[in-house]
Amino acid sequence: MRKLSLENINKLFAAVAEDKTLYLPVDQSDGSAKYSKWAEGTVWSNALNTVRSPKDLFFPQTEDLMEFKTEGKNIEVIDIRKESEDFVIFGVRACDVKSFEVLDRVFLSEPVDSYYASRREHAVIVSLACSRPSETCFCTTFGIDAINPEGDVSAWKTATDIYFKANTEKGEEFLASIEALTEESDDTAVNEQKAKTADIMKKLPLADLTTDSFGGGKTEELWNNPVWDEFSQTCLGCGTCTFVCPTCQCYDIKDFDTGNGVIRYRCWDSCMYSEFTRMAHGNNRLTQKERFRQRFMHKLVYYPENNGGLFSCVGCGRCLSKCPISMNIAKVMRKIGGDK
Amino acid sequence: MQKITRDQLITKAVELLSNGTVSAVLGWQKGEFDYDITPAVFTTEEEIKNNFVYNDFCGANFSKYLVAKTKKLEGKILVFLKPCDTYSFNQLLTEHRFDREKVYAVAIGCEGMADVVKLKNKVDGIISIDYKDDAMYVDTLYDGTVKVDYADVLAERCINCKSKKCVAYDELMGEDGEVIDSARFDEVARLEAMTPDERFAFWQNELSRCIRCNACRDACPACTCEKCVFDNPNSGVENKAPANSFEEQMFHIIRAYHVAGRCTDCGECSRVCPQNIPLHLLNRKFIKDINECYGEYQAGAEVGSRAPLVDYTEGDLEPGEVFERGDNNA
Amino acid sequence: MNMREDTLIPKVGVITDVRIDTPDIKTFRVVTPDGKKAFDHRPGQCAMLSIPGVGEAMFSITSSPTNTEYMEFSIKKCGCVTEWLHQAEVGQQLTIRGPYGNPFPVDDVFAGKNMLFIAGGVGLAPLRSVINYCRHYRDRYGDIDIVYGSRSKDDLLDYKEIIEEWSNDAGVKVHLTIDNPQEGWNGHVGFVPNYVKELNFDTNKTAVLCGPPIMIKFTLEGLCSMGFDKTQIYTTLELRMKCGVGKCGRCNVGSKYVCKDGPVFRCDELDELPDEY
Repeated sequence: MRKLSLENINKLFAAVAEDKTLYLPVDQSDGSAKYSKWAEGTVWSNALNTVRSPKDLFFPQTEDLMEFKTEGKNIEVIDIRKESEDFVIFGVRACDVKSFEVLDRVFLSEPVDSYYASRREHAVIVSLACSRPSETCFCTTFGIDAINPEGDVSAWKTATDIYFKANTEKGEEFLASIEALTEESDDTAVNEQKAKTADIMKKLPLADLTTDSFGGGKTEELWNNPVWDEFSQTCLGCGTCTFVCPTCQCYDIKDFDTGNGVIRYRCWDSCMYSEFTRMAHGNNRLTQKERFRQRFMHKLVYYPENNGGLFSCVGCGRCLSKCPISMNIAKVMRKIGGDK
Repeated sequence: MQKITRDQLITKAVELLSNGTVSAVLGWQKGEFDYDITPAVFTTEEEIKNNFVYNDFCGANFSKYLVAKTKKLEGKILVFLKPCDTYSFNQLLTEHRFDREKVYAVAIGCEGMADVVKLKNKVDGIISIDYKDDAMYVDTLYDGTVKVDYADVLAERCINCKSKKCVAYDELMGEDGEVIDSARFDEVARLEAMTPDERFAFWQNELSRCIRCNACRDACPACTCEKCVFDNPNSGVENKAPANSFEEQMFHIIRAYHVAGRCTDCGECSRVCPQNIPLHLLNRKFIKDINECYGEYQAGAEVGSRAPLVDYTEGDLEPGEVFERGDNNA
Repeated sequence: MNMREDTLIPKVGVITDVRIDTPDIKTFRVVTPDGKKAFDHRPGQCAMLSIPGVGEAMFSITSSPTNTEYMEFSIKKCGCVTEWLHQAEVGQQLTIRGPYGNPFPVDDVFAGKNMLFIAGGVGLAPLRSVINYCRHYRDRYGDIDIVYGSRSKDDLLDYKEIIEEWSNDAGVKVHLTIDNPQEGWNGHVGFVPNYVKELNFDTNKTAVLCGPPIMIKFTLEGLCSMGFDKTQIYTTLELRMKCGVGKCGRCNVGSKYVCKDGPVFRCDELDELPDEY
């Protein structure tokens, strides 16, 4: 395990940023944190997590896919893809690290999405263990260990120091690149902190939330549950939950005529939107109830059915904080699973 | 803290439901942590007694729900309206957006609602909240019980409350208040005093956080178009994500134009924004301009009033004057 | 650039023939600019066609894989992409990518079977590929019955091919019907599901259905009441699609993605999906 005094954290950032672009949570003017590019003077946020998840860095809200030039009846397809630059995402929480696995299974399954894959291959993930989880956290429900986060490198922050441990080859390389700044250390302080956090994790209000009622093969059983009617009644049909969600990955592909050629781009889309499934001659999900059900069934039943039981919720709690009507997956799970 | 209590509202709801005045109740449903309250439609006494709550986090404006909820309704729906909600209620009636006969409106006095973002910025790990006369006492994961003054977490729209007067109801609970000479335009004036570059930078910073989730539009009681231009693939502006950095700003500016003269300044847009963008300032700018150009006008103060932007009087400002005014502002 | 190929990036295709089939259906012949078939496919598979700036949409490939020269798409005018295509002329380029989706099991399950094809309106388009495949390898299949109906005689797709080629094949019976009586029409009049019941087919067949949802629903009921088992009946679905490879999420129904796990489904498999297609 390598150790660095937090007093020198900016030296570490500067060293990393010398040959790789470095992203880390930074406070914005409204007080919330956002993954931002580090530059001299950038201050690492103390926030538990960002409003937007780090999925942005692999699957941005909007990205150009290709260009077309048209002349008369002729069309030219222009491949505008560029290999991603090398970059480091620093301070990713355990829930968000797990979300990359959820996204990988979609984008890296055949046929591989080259846009996502390029960024994924060029990224080093430095995760950060949680020490002050919020009441909205429920990663343990999905078997995620907030105090032992995955990633290329795992990090633990105490009051005075930060400790690093490599988990992958990329992680070893990363630690080697900052070796001069860090010193070898035992894990006493880290273990102390882990024990403290583990106690808190048990006391979290959602600690008793389980996935027992969910998983592959539950479609028929859950399809007509009254929860869909009841809980979708006041759903606004906005896209907040899907856009702050680290695992939501539905997208739209659209063309934009620049006047000097056409750019085909993709952007995040939301199954909560009324036109998501609308075709020229019909819509297979006509009401908000059906759209609401789709989102939760996808995360809790369909996705695990296709991915060996892995749920596509990581319990990060973003939707719990951000839904305009405070409706969320935890309430749905609680209602279906029975009250505590 | 609210003077009207949960028990009073439950008694009222149960009374109106059981005597057949209404067949459904639009109210607030309890959440996991006291502050995460969901609007809900209650149809039984049991549901109301078990799940109905009312506290300082019941900020949601129910007026807009009436458009959808009255459509296929048998009988009437009971809606609880805080003073600012009654303005939205009137404005929707002015625009013939729902059938007044299908609604039983109970107006309730309001002491101002808390902003959960402000609370969370002060307190970590909220387990539960006890509302006492002097302050809210927050039971936390890390710091035991924390005393939080109501004033310290009061929502911006409540700090700058424009009216505690209930302008529409079938029944009033608690005391009616007065229209308040608030300082709500001060922040707009501060922005007006900026140079165009400063103002552009201000909005660029704020709007750069927009994720185009449409929560502002979907919560806005003035946004009740059956088919929004931004959802219409044939409109040419149907984009979910900003195609360039300017576009996200256009979305909000276009929306502000669409609701100009109809926005009651209820503040739902800013409340629901997951990125804390002060969207209400755009609308307030319009309200301030309308007041200055055409005389004081409050949308929703009464049913059927003609807003200055859809009315013509001989004394109206000449287009040239508006142009010059814009020039001076630039 | 050393990036791998990406399925989202299409090839250029060129329209080399436009046939007017019905008042609202045209059939487009498409090849690459150097005159070749854009890619190989199996019967029932689809392709994404697009006009840059207008949009991209999924269409079933109407021509049989046994046609090695070009692909054909029979397209009904119903949205912005199809409207644009309908005003396109020969020589117009478009973009094409695919093939997408699973094909009909023509080489295993269908082999040796008596085939019953039932289509309504533009629903013949996806079946034409498999019908012509079965005709090409005629000796691999038993009897072939084709029931096809449309609003009127003018709305029957591929009419010339049906009359001049299909009807003349040995062991192929074509049963045409139109919804309402029409001058110059001596054939059957009535809706497809009723006609299927009247024809009272032996259940020793494998059925393939395609048409409007209402036609599929009643035809399926009719076949089941005749004694067909749902495992003998195949159909093909259509939902909104963007990526074509089970990632964008639009055509997700239950744990299936229609673009990837479909569009061809056996009817008993459909029963396992939630009723949302």
